[in-house]
Amino acid sequence: MFQVERAYKFILYSSLIIYIVSLIWGLLFTQEDFVQGNSYRIIYLHVPASFLSQSLYISMAVASFVYIVWRVKLAAYLVISIAPIGALTTFIALTSGSIWGIPTWGTWWQWDARITSTLILFIMYLGLISLHSSFSNYEKADKLLSWLAIVGAINIPIIKKSVDWWSTLHQSASITLTDKPSIDPSMLYPLIGSMIGFFGIIISLVIISSKYQIFLREKNKSWIKEYV
Amino acid sequence: MNPTRKRRIYNILFVLLFSISGIFMILYSLNTNLDYFFTPSELNNKEISSNKRIKIGGMVLSGSVKRQGSVISFVITDYENSIDVIYEGIVPDLFKEDSGVVALGYLQNDIFEAEEVLAKHDENYMPPSIEIKNDN
Repeated sequence: MFQVERAYKFILYSSLIIYIVSLIWGLLFTQEDFVQGNSYRIIYLHVPASFLSQSLYISMAVASFVYIVWRVKLAAYLVISIAPIGALTTFIALTSGSIWGIPTWGTWWQWDARITSTLILFIMYLGLISLHSSFSNYEKADKLLSWLAIVGAINIPIIKKSVDWWSTLHQSASITLTDKPSIDPSMLYPLIGSMIGFFGIIISLVIISSKYQIFLREKNKSWIKEYV
Repeated sequence: MNPTRKRRIYNILFVLLFSISGIFMILYSLNTNLDYFFTPSELNNKEISSNKRIKIGGMVLSGSVKRQGSVISFVITDYENSIDVIYEGIVPDLFKEDSGVVALGYLQNDIFEAEEVLAKHDENYMPPSIEIKNDN
């Protein structure tokens, strides 16, 4: 537990520094975009948050799979620990996208495929959280939550491919695994930095959240009493 | 692997298979209804009544933007077919020739009367100095 504590502090502080440095770099030391001007700079919040909102769901689904098949209790704790943080990042992604939409598209909300599927992701996170808290029996709650989290994972490829499958107001991806990024290197490097930093901050949030969950569920165990 | 775990994995795959095919069937039947806008070519093959509010999207044809007071007229094109649009009001800052646009309104005798005009931008981000270099 003490090693985890130290690792957690290391991850949190180093990723905070990485994120702040990338933000300063991106906000102050890059040129404005040739079309969008300064408003493009919200990319340094919007892209990391959107990326994390989907990655967190995938990790939730993987943990659910591990719980259903091997009945590893820690995996179940991880599923319910990730859910609120996933909801938070999805909320940040939706809000920053709306704020970005006003100066660029001329609207803050449209029912296009990308925006709607992201809203569904947000509602799914909230649904999973409230479902889990509506049970008094933790084991039943964990089982149902894991099954639903796995089924809901179908939404992730839909969000990802929505901009390619349908015509949307949202533009298609700038950074892909296969092609050269369509974002200039001078803007790309601070963006990658902000994604790494944001990732680390979220990982440390997940660590705190799962620590809370372990304490909550194992509070009667003797090792917890010794630790506290 | 022990048989219980194997059975659980099969259960998961089974549930996933069914839900994926369910979702796929829903998306397939909705098909183009999930599209946010029509392109001018799609409009050509469709009969759309003049009292139905639709969205069309494409690029603003270069040289087509004309302003008369607060009325602005332009041509939306997908480089195969195009459609004339008139709109009264303020267009977003990103609205310009040769860039993406989405208009919401009614189709009246081959002219699209827009109520709302939104700018659509692409996935390219670069500083203005580099764009000048690329043009040369």
